[in-house]
Amino acid sequence: MNDSIYLSIQNSPRFKELVRKREKFAWILSAIMLGLYSGFILLIAYGPQLLGAKISPTSSITWGIPIGVGLILSAFVLTAIYVRRANGEFDDLNNAILKEAAQ
Amino acid sequence: MIRRLLAVLGASVFAPAVWAAEALTGEVQKQPLNIPAILMFVVFVGATLCITYWASKRNNSAADYYAAGGKITGFQNGLAIAGDYMSAASFLGISALVYTSGYDGLIYSIGFLVGWPIILFLIAERLRNLGKYTFADVASYRLGQTQIRSLSACGSLVVVAFYLIAQMVGAGKLIQLLFGLDYHVAVIMVGILMCMYVLFGGMLATTWVQIIKAVLLLSGATFMAVMVMKHVNFDFSTLFSEAIKVHPKGEAIMSPGGLVKDPVSAFSLALALMFGTAGLPHILMRFFTVSDAKEARKSVLYATGFIGYFYILTFIIGFGAILLVSTNPAFKDAAGALLGGNNMAAVHLANAVGGSIFLGFISAVAFATILAVVAGLTLAGASAVSHDLYASVIKKGKANDKDEIRVSKITTIALAVLAIGLGILFESQNIAFMVGLAFSIAASCNFPVLLLSMYWKNLTTRGAMIGGWLGLISAVGLMVLGPTIWVSILHHEKAIFPYEYPALFSMMIAFVSIWFFSITDKSAAAVKERALYFPQFVRSQTGLGASGAVAH
Repeated sequence: MNDSIYLSIQNSPRFKELVRKREKFAWILSAIMLGLYSGFILLIAYGPQLLGAKISPTSSITWGIPIGVGLILSAFVLTAIYVRRANGEFDDLNNAILKEAAQ
Repeated sequence: MIRRLLAVLGASVFAPAVWAAEALTGEVQKQPLNIPAILMFVVFVGATLCITYWASKRNNSAADYYAAGGKITGFQNGLAIAGDYMSAASFLGISALVYTSGYDGLIYSIGFLVGWPIILFLIAERLRNLGKYTFADVASYRLGQTQIRSLSACGSLVVVAFYLIAQMVGAGKLIQLLFGLDYHVAVIMVGILMCMYVLFGGMLATTWVQIIKAVLLLSGATFMAVMVMKHVNFDFSTLFSEAIKVHPKGEAIMSPGGLVKDPVSAFSLALALMFGTAGLPHILMRFFTVSDAKEARKSVLYATGFIGYFYILTFIIGFGAILLVSTNPAFKDAAGALLGGNNMAAVHLANAVGGSIFLGFISAVAFATILAVVAGLTLAGASAVSHDLYASVIKKGKANDKDEIRVSKITTIALAVLAIGLGILFESQNIAFMVGLAFSIAASCNFPVLLLSMYWKNLTTRGAMIGGWLGLISAVGLMVLGPTIWVSILHHEKAIFPYEYPALFSMMIAFVSIWFFSITDKSAAAVKERALYFPQFVRSQTGLGASGAVAH
């Protein structure tokens, strides 16, 4: 692969747009995931009694259970959101960039 | 021998009736020979050896051997990644953790899962676009080949070694319980079988063995969870309240307990699990088995779904074991401990909900799990030696495919011998914690170098070298000085390093020293390496020039 193609892609406005959009999206989603998980860990460390509190007086289920399962689900949902956009919008943009560079 | 055989025969004849009555003392049932289990296991081994034979006919090049020719689909790879992750250590270890401490098991498994979205967002596509066979391809893309590949190979090998120990111990215990075979015989058998998969089938066979096992394990675990829920009329509240009643810790199993004693340990464990995943060589290798970044992303989506689902099942299974196993004297020895140790909670539960046939199925699947995971690990370890150390460091990139694969095969045999030896040495350790330790090392050595090589323009060979080695050494060193090895294995009175999980400190050491020794690097080579960042960046973003599927 010769350097001029790389250079022309690097300077193309579309490439800059792709990188900006994708990086921003990836970092926002990462921050959400890390934020949720850090919150969970902080709860374990500083407020374990909150996770151990019953969700209702008659139930044996504690708040920790829906929060924990919710974290597992959120991991999947965030992944799905990213893949949807990356495999659609971002890949289309990427293909346009590669096509432009090949000309 | 004869006496054991008779006892075993008697037990297996009466076993179904006895389990139905649920009223047998532990002594007679110590190690019943389970014919269905052995048959199912033999079927699995037979099928996987057929696949290995099929794969060996298709392995024509290094790309086939290391990366299955890049022709695995996203869905298949998702299952295979999930399979690598759903090791026997996590199935048996986490369900055992739920069984002994309840909620802590969920905390542990969540830590394993949340790394996946991060891998997808920050690493997966760049990794696929830049790499070829091993993650060292990416880490050394614009840096000094010799230094970075040696570092990555050592990081891989140490991680592989610890992960292997956990798997081997699991295998030994499982077969001990199931077949009544000697621990050593079991470990040797696993070593030989994994060796055959990798030697003859390469990545293609390893992937398909993993896929089959993932499907079997998910089906089996689903059945167990459904049976547990049926026992409590599909009411979670009943499940938990019944468990609280019979568990010695009572209400405490429903809230965070002893797993994380203080914020430092909690944070350290969390970091190790999250970022360790992104540094596991056998997992990273799987990203090169798909054709492009699109399929790599799909792999992570499917993997996250399967793994998350599996952990929820494991949680239910652990609680099911509290209800149905801990209350049944048939699963306990005279002292009241579980037969085969706490790690066998899920295996006993299989017996309780599905009888001896299903026990056979789950035992065979658990054993298959170990085989599949150790095969993946061995391939990753062998690739680190052949592709990174031999081809790039010793032969300076001038090795031919044939020699490279030969080195890989010799390494495979050496690794099998090592795995057998270590498996015997570490017989009495809790296998779930061993995996945690492997993650700490992966998070402190492989991950920082890999991440910064893709994201940080100013990274230089010197920075990556010093930081990476310090990360590796500090992770191992702090682990040896910590309670897990210093106290439990070496029998010293008090640990020198107070925390069980070193990741927080060793990752900090790695990142800070990579940063410091990179920015202070004024050499000519460093200038060149920084200039190479932009072509690398374009390729990592667009996939231009990336290695794709191999056409035959």
